[in-house]
Amino acid sequence: MNTTIVSFFTSNLGIEVTSLQAFLIFAFACFIVVNLCAVIGGLGTYAERKISADLQMRIGPNRVGPFGILQFLADGVKLVLKEIIIPTQADKMLFMVAPILCMVGVFATLAVVPFSSGFVLSDLNIGIFYLLGVSSLVGVGIFLGGYSSNSKWSMLGGMRGAAQIISYEVPVTLCILSIVVMAGGLSMTTLVEGQGGLPHQWYIFHNPFTFIGFFVFFIGILAETNRAPFDLPEAESELVSGYHTEYSGMAFSFFALAEYVEVFVVCGVASALYLGGYKVPFDLGNGVLISNITGAPPIVSNGIGQLLQAGSFFTKTFALYYIVIWIRWTLPRLRIDQLVSLCWKYLTPICIFNLIAIAIWMWAFEGHSVYDLFTTWLHSLGGGGGH
Amino acid sequence: MSSFNLDVYMPVLILVAFAVVMVVGVLVVGILVRPNNPNDLKLSAYECGEEPVGTAWSNFNIRFYVIALIFIIFDVEGALMFPVAVVFKKFNEIGEGTVVLASLLLFISILIEGVVYCWKKGDLDWVRSYQLPETEKEEGK
Repeated sequence: MNTTIVSFFTSNLGIEVTSLQAFLIFAFACFIVVNLCAVIGGLGTYAERKISADLQMRIGPNRVGPFGILQFLADGVKLVLKEIIIPTQADKMLFMVAPILCMVGVFATLAVVPFSSGFVLSDLNIGIFYLLGVSSLVGVGIFLGGYSSNSKWSMLGGMRGAAQIISYEVPVTLCILSIVVMAGGLSMTTLVEGQGGLPHQWYIFHNPFTFIGFFVFFIGILAETNRAPFDLPEAESELVSGYHTEYSGMAFSFFALAEYVEVFVVCGVASALYLGGYKVPFDLGNGVLISNITGAPPIVSNGIGQLLQAGSFFTKTFALYYIVIWIRWTLPRLRIDQLVSLCWKYLTPICIFNLIAIAIWMWAFEGHSVYDLFTTWLHSLGGGGGH
Repeated sequence: MSSFNLDVYMPVLILVAFAVVMVVGVLVVGILVRPNNPNDLKLSAYECGEEPVGTAWSNFNIRFYVIALIFIIFDVEGALMFPVAVVFKKFNEIGEGTVVLASLLLFISILIEGVVYCWKKGDLDWVRSYQLPETEKEEGK
């Protein structure tokens, strides 16, 4: 089992490394992943504007670069050049700590995101548990941002953000629990390896309860990342811009970037838990098969396999990302009482029921999926008819 | 196996340190390029163009605290259920499924009890309907 990205490199290249070299390899991988995800977050803002323009029959950004794709770089440069205003009434230290907490919380979750079977920065044995814990840092950052500004709008936004993020953590935790019951492990690769490349082998189609569970989980992560229709913490039509009303320049952009990277991370987790993650159909992600077909040396075929896996992961993740943006520009915002009652009176009971049902399913059918049961039933029919 | 001796959690620490350095670095380096000319009006809290009245750090709607209290109970419960969930499959495979299913159901029944209790108490309603005692109703008339 590969535990970190370093052991993946060493086992593939067949070299021994000292701890200093391991540190350097890992630092390089961290550099790549953090920057890649920062760019994905930046492109997220571009995608948001472009897709919203599409949905509203506008053109959207189209001046900077081809199709305006460099718009996020222009925005970034502009934001760096803007003054950071710290209100006199504010708690100055917490005011600057809040956006940093948000960003660090999001980047720390990248450690366990399974891009492919080898490319996980650190495949912790408590991966999904770690992710649940660390992603709460974002909630702390949002609340601190709202509180430390000492502005009424920020305070309202921060309070709403805290209430919303912690409320929806309960259904999300219960959904993850039901997947853990099926997979029998907490590390991200264990969760993905329990599934297959083809849709009927995914956990979403494993049994009817996981199918419901996926939608509950998706609603939960929409709320966790403060995306519409759950964007009450930054409701621009009522709270000016909520918890980041007083922020400007880079400090503001950290909140925005953290939100977009977090959406990417949670979409990746949703695809890993329910949609087969990095799994490729017909075991093509496995290097052995490719080298059998093409006769390429194992290092090349392994690389191709990993690339295919990463492609599978990113395709699913970006499809979910698109749906998240689509939902934002389609649905109106919820009221705070609707938000709380949706979480506690609908999603939580559904999740508890799902968890019980999945546990009983796993116990009664010995872990077989609906598809398995259906095919064995067909076989028994065919066998009976043949005689 | 290879000879490096990084613990599994060292990478996480490195990643977090990397993120902190990057984020703080951008803020610090930004000092060189961004302007800094504050004035009193600019530094006042935004209140739709009016002069801010009082501080925002005052009493707040009690509902938010109730939600936080309920959350703590449920989150602890969820965290306690993880060990059972992890061994569920293993126990099922060695034929001890009934034991682990029973213990999981025990945990969930405590959770259900919590939901029902909070629901009955009306803690899950954002707007609580206060029913006045009979005597006060009559006085109100």
